[in-house]
Amino acid sequence: MAASGLRAMVGVKRVIDYAVKVRVKPDKTGVVTDGVKHSMNPFCEIAVEEAVRLKEKKLVSEVVAVSCGPQQCQETIRTALAMGADRGMHVEVPAGDYEHLSPFHVSKILAALAKKEGVDLLLLGKQAIDDDCNQTGQMTAAFLDWPQGTFASEVTVDGDWLKVEREVDGGLETVRLKLPAVVTADLRLNEPRYATLPNIMKAKKKKVEVVKPSDLGVDLAPRVKTLSVDDPPQRKSGVKVETVDDLVAKLKESGRI
Amino acid sequence: MASPLRYEVLNLYKNLLYLGREYPKGADYFRTRLKAAFLKNKDVKDPEKIKELIARGEFVSKELEALYFLRKYRALKQRYYEDDNK
Repeated sequence: MAASGLRAMVGVKRVIDYAVKVRVKPDKTGVVTDGVKHSMNPFCEIAVEEAVRLKEKKLVSEVVAVSCGPQQCQETIRTALAMGADRGMHVEVPAGDYEHLSPFHVSKILAALAKKEGVDLLLLGKQAIDDDCNQTGQMTAAFLDWPQGTFASEVTVDGDWLKVEREVDGGLETVRLKLPAVVTADLRLNEPRYATLPNIMKAKKKKVEVVKPSDLGVDLAPRVKTLSVDDPPQRKSGVKVETVDDLVAKLKESGRI
Repeated sequence: MASPLRYEVLNLYKNLLYLGREYPKGADYFRTRLKAAFLKNKDVKDPEKIKELIARGEFVSKELEALYFLRKYRALKQRYYEDDNK
C-alpha cells in the first residue's frame, strides 16, 4: 500500500493559554501578551495528536510540526515534538511583523512549505482560540489546489484516499478526499496526550529548522488593518425586587409584558 | 537511600512538580502539598513499599493529566459549542 510512506505536516500556533483572562491594551490596538502564559492552540494539539496516531498506526512515515512567529514559537514546536512529531520547522517572523500576520500570510507560508517538503497530508487545527479566524486551513487548500476536509471528527486513510467525517450543522458529513489533502481538526477528533516532562526533554534532541518567509517567497505586507480592539460589553447588573407587584411593575417598565 | 530507586523517586517528584505548574489552585498550593507527601514517606526503606508509593505517584500524575484534559475540553466546549445538548 502506497499509503505507508505518507508524509504529514502539522501547523501549530502559539496562543495565549486558554485559562488566562485576556486583557485589552489601553490604546485598543490589541491584547496584552507580555508576561502572559502562552501554550499551543488546543485545536492544533488535536491536529498533532491525529498525525502522531496515524504515525503509530504506520500509515504516516514522518510528522513535521510547523509554526510561524517570533522566537518563542519554538517552545510550541517543542511541545509538538514532545507529543511525537519527528522534526520541527520554525518560520521566523519578527515580533513587529507578527502583529500584522494574518491567515492569508500563514496559509501562503504553509502552502509553500508543503510543496517544498513534498507533504501528502497537511493537518491543522480548525481555528485558533486567539483570533478565531477559522480561515487558514481553507485558504491553504485553495493555494495548493488540494481537496480539504474541514472540522474533522474522524480521519481514516484508505490507500491514496482519505475518508473524513466532518462536523456540520445538525450532524455529520463523510467526504472522501484524494491525497494530498488538507484536514482541519475539530474538538471531537481525538483526546490529545499530555506533553510530559521526560518527553519534552527528549524533544530537545529533535531538529528544528529555522526558515525565513522571504526564503519561501512570501511577502508579509499587511492586507488587513485592525481599527480597534474592544472588550466585550459588560453585563448590566440586575435588581432585586421585594414583592410580586414590584416584579410586575419592573417588567412593565422594561416593556417585557 | 542510595538505592537504584532513588533516581525513580526523584524523577517522579520532578514530573509531578512540572505537572503542578498548571494546577487550577496554583503551583504553590500544589508544591507545598507535593513536598509534604514526599517528606511524609522519607523514612520508608523497604524497596517493595517504595515501589508501591512510586506506583501511587504515577497514578496521581495520570489523574492530573486527565484532569487537565477534561478542564480544557470543557472550557472549549463551553466557548465554541454552547448550543449543544444542554
